Amino acid sequence: MQQLIYFIKKFRYFLLFVLLEILALIFTINHHSYHTSKFINSANFITGGIYNKMTSLNEFFILKTENKLLIEENIQLKNLLSKQGINAPKENYYVNDTLKYFQQYEYSEAKIINNNFTKINNYLTINKGSEQGIEKDFGIINSTGIIGVISNVSSNFSTVLSILNENSKINIRLKNSYHFGTLVWNGKNYNVLQITDIPRQAIIKIGDSIITGGKSAIFPEGINVGVITDFKLENNQYKEINISLFNDMSALGYVQVVKNLKKSEQKNLEQETTNE
Amino acid sequence: MNNLILSNSFRFISLVLLQVLILNHINLFGYLNPLVYISWVFLFPIRKNKSLFLITSFLLGLSIDFFSDSGGINAAAILFIAFFRLSILKAILRKSDFDYLLFNLRSLSIDKIFLYIATLTIMHHFIVFSLEYFSFNAFITVLKTTFFTSVFTIILSILGIFLFTKKK
Repeated sequence: MQQLIYFIKKFRYFLLFVLLEILALIFTINHHSYHTSKFINSANFITGGIYNKMTSLNEFFILKTENKLLIEENIQLKNLLSKQGINAPKENYYVNDTLKYFQQYEYSEAKIINNNFTKINNYLTINKGSEQGIEKDFGIINSTGIIGVISNVSSNFSTVLSILNENSKINIRLKNSYHFGTLVWNGKNYNVLQITDIPRQAIIKIGDSIITGGKSAIFPEGINVGVITDFKLENNQYKEINISLFNDMSALGYVQVVKNLKKSEQKNLEQETTNE
Repeated sequence: MNNLILSNSFRFISLVLLQVLILNHINLFGYLNPLVYISWVFLFPIRKNKSLFLITSFLLGLSIDFFSDSGGINAAAILFIAFFRLSILKAILRKSDFDYLLFNLRSLSIDKIFLYIATLTIMHHFIVFSLEYFSFNAFITVLKTTFFTSVFTIILSILGIFLFTKKK
């Protein structure tokens, strides 16, 4: 017993060091294996609050670009609306009051208060949390493309797993055919992402547009992602398909949160089918 | 003594804010962000009792991790250099024992200061980037990032230390 106490006394700093180091490594490994960290994330009162203050200061300088984006989106939506008028025959056109009944996606606005794009695993923070109805696995988009998926939620802030993250896998498809693949990132250039799992039957060309596939119950189908810039063909298999994003991930301001109202229904059905 | 606690708490808070609000967003050449918050380790007074130093260093690293959503990477790295600081300092000064209370970093010659800061910085950055990439395939990338970020951090911390500390 005496010797044990003597041992602890002699090596007390070393023991403290080992203890804290193990704690830190547990946090790190947790972070790498579950894609979201339970304790160490910036969706809490203090870090969220400080980032919020800082963003409201920076906001003043990005007003101009934000306005430009809004105008572009307005024009796009107006064009869409005018096309609707031509396509819909008058006699079949009716207004349905129970809109909510058929609605699948609901959008709400949020603001990015912390943006990262230089690391290998990037996370963003937004200024909305569970009190504003945000839950895990909601999608984040803006007018030019997709940004990420909610990973951790606190009462007033949430962290977002950016598409610039090794753990992010998003279902996408070609705009001109229904062949789908997975959007991943190799960690090199924040504007260039990669596509894997495209079947070899698909015919792809440089300059083809990529949109979301709508098979993951997170993003609706048809949101713009980017265009193919180059690819390699080896043994009839597509290798290293690079796409350049429409979105500038280094300058994000206001974003839209996508809630899939029928997600649990879809998930439950899929769960039941695989269990059978 | 009271003055020492006050100035160190002030330094702790300002290093965290400086790191997460300004330095994490510099992105020089697209990806270089200096990790100047480790100046905490260079400047913390040297005492026989190391437990307070180890705990505060760990907390500083953890605060940076909270802000940058990085698990416990920074906490693990800063704790490591905090623990080995004294042995490195002794090796550089070639002294087995020296006067802890009167030690002042600024009283050393510039090449010794540089060696001291450079060793600790490179150790710290190597741990940070190894844990961040977390794979052997990225070893070359880790070395490259460690080297360039270290150069940036060393320059900024030496400038910072010379500007903001007093020479007795």
